[in-house]
Amino acid sequence: MDAMQWLYSDIVLDHFKNPRNVFDPDEKFAYEAEGTVGNVKCGDQMMFMLKIDEGDVIRDVRWRTYGCASAIASTSMLSEVTKGLHIREAYNLRPEDIATRLGGLPDNKIHCSVLGDKALRAAIDAWLEKTGRAGLYRNEGATVICTCLNITDRDIETAVREGARNWEQLQERTKIGTVCGGCKVKGESLLHEYVHIFGEE
Amino acid sequence: MERRIVYMDYNATTPLHPLVRDAMTADMGVFANASSMHEAGRAAKARVDSARAEVAKLAGVPNPDELVFTSGGSESNNTVFATMFHVGRRGGRRKIVTTAIEHPCVVNAASWLREEGFPVVFLPVDASGRVDMEAAEREIDADTLLVSVMSANNEIGTIQDVPALCRMAKAKGALFHTDATQSAGKVPVEAAAWGVDYLTLSAHKIYGPKGVGALYVRKGAPIEPLIRGGHQEHGRRAGTYNNIGILGFGLAARLALEDLEGRAARVRVMRNRLRDGIVERVPDVRVNGHATEVLPNTLNVSFPGAEGEAILLYLDLEGVQVSTGSACASGSLEPSHVLLATGVGPELAHGSIRFSLGSLTSNEDVDYVLEVLPPIIKRLRRMSTVSVA
Repeated sequence: MDAMQWLYSDIVLDHFKNPRNVFDPDEKFAYEAEGTVGNVKCGDQMMFMLKIDEGDVIRDVRWRTYGCASAIASTSMLSEVTKGLHIREAYNLRPEDIATRLGGLPDNKIHCSVLGDKALRAAIDAWLEKTGRAGLYRNEGATVICTCLNITDRDIETAVREGARNWEQLQERTKIGTVCGGCKVKGESLLHEYVHIFGEE
Repeated sequence: MERRIVYMDYNATTPLHPLVRDAMTADMGVFANASSMHEAGRAAKARVDSARAEVAKLAGVPNPDELVFTSGGSESNNTVFATMFHVGRRGGRRKIVTTAIEHPCVVNAASWLREEGFPVVFLPVDASGRVDMEAAEREIDADTLLVSVMSANNEIGTIQDVPALCRMAKAKGALFHTDATQSAGKVPVEAAAWGVDYLTLSAHKIYGPKGVGALYVRKGAPIEPLIRGGHQEHGRRAGTYNNIGILGFGLAARLALEDLEGRAARVRVMRNRLRDGIVERVPDVRVNGHATEVLPNTLNVSFPGAEGEAILLYLDLEGVQVSTGSACASGSLEPSHVLLATGVGPELAHGSIRFSLGSLTSNEDVDYVLEVLPPIIKRLRRMSTVSVA
């Protein structure tokens, strides 16, 4: 079947058909750190497992997911890219880079590719915490959302991970959008995204 | 096993019956406006009228004039709800009672009336998808303007007790509408015997063309045109008659009625074999919908631990075409409202697949699906974050 007949690019198709570095229950993969995000109730969940050496270089990865074709393909691609990277480089990979490498994803499927990226970062955060460096890269590579108060997407993510579930709760924690309010649409969309990924219920 | 194309999405749409296609192709030259008074116009009108008679028979309507041709099921359903808007705002009864598992066009039309200030109640259903009759008894009251309950559900195939619900509505003086889009051609539809005021039909679900449907409007029931214009359909629906489409609908209806029992029996055997085969070969599955009061062609199964869109696309790669209740496939975050209403949790709803069989389904197709499906589920479950026993 060629790509024209399929929903996504031929690269997505290839990674969907033959996902790389996918976790195999029989393999007994030993790993230093693990991160899980998403919720099956919301339709997708992702777990990333990392084998990391003393120099903070990612030597091997495995992942598993309850997720759709885009989640499978993008995480497969991400897992390939991640191998051999220093954890700092891996932490700063962007979902857009993965989508580009995949030859693009439909707009409504970008969310699914974000999940792998978040799981990878959660795994690196777990590693940093384990090695006494919690939160080391948290503000790296962040995009400013609220220009009045210099609040970034990472700040929103952190607030959601710490319990913010709606705009008011996000404002209580970050003061986002309390000056000109121009960031509300973008901020709410990120909030929605992060609640979906990190929210418990 | 050699790769083959297996279409199991007949509830989404059906291919044209070869005889319907032939008849439509042969009549492509019939261009006259069926409202024209001249000979060519009268000839076109005669074809429309004979098609109307055929569709009336399929719907169990003794008087074909009570049928209005529309552009399809969505228009038919919307016409009923738009009529209620006009009737309700003139005063008197306003309450709309429908169910939690209706087709989106009914759900959204009812929600629109709610926004317009009408009291709207979505009746709950039980685990098999049957309307909660106690809730219906309680909610259908002296203020109820319309009760709208689909004859059979498109996703899980559950058949409702329309006659009983209709009696309940009539006892309280309410109007009754049923969306029979999925029932027609699969199980008997008896508009007059059931006593309904409105009934919706669609041609493309019964091997007819897309873009044609019908609405039964019982003589005396209020009707307000959704599309205003000329006096076609006795002023109930304006717009030049879709000659060829209507002709195809008529023939499709006749063919469906002629072999109603035969078609149903044939797909039922294969559907049940598919169900039993899946249950036997795939551990830990849940068959959704009613065990017996179900469309003969519809099988809805949840596969815990495997996500529906991924199942669908792996099946697609194998040539098997189905649909899913997963949120991801619809581009929303919410899985099937039908499955959620039956109490299936979101975890299961996201991993549900609908197989809908039809006239071209063969035993070999069923064998093929039973061959390719189990490894797909196994593979997805092995890579899943959700562990399945």
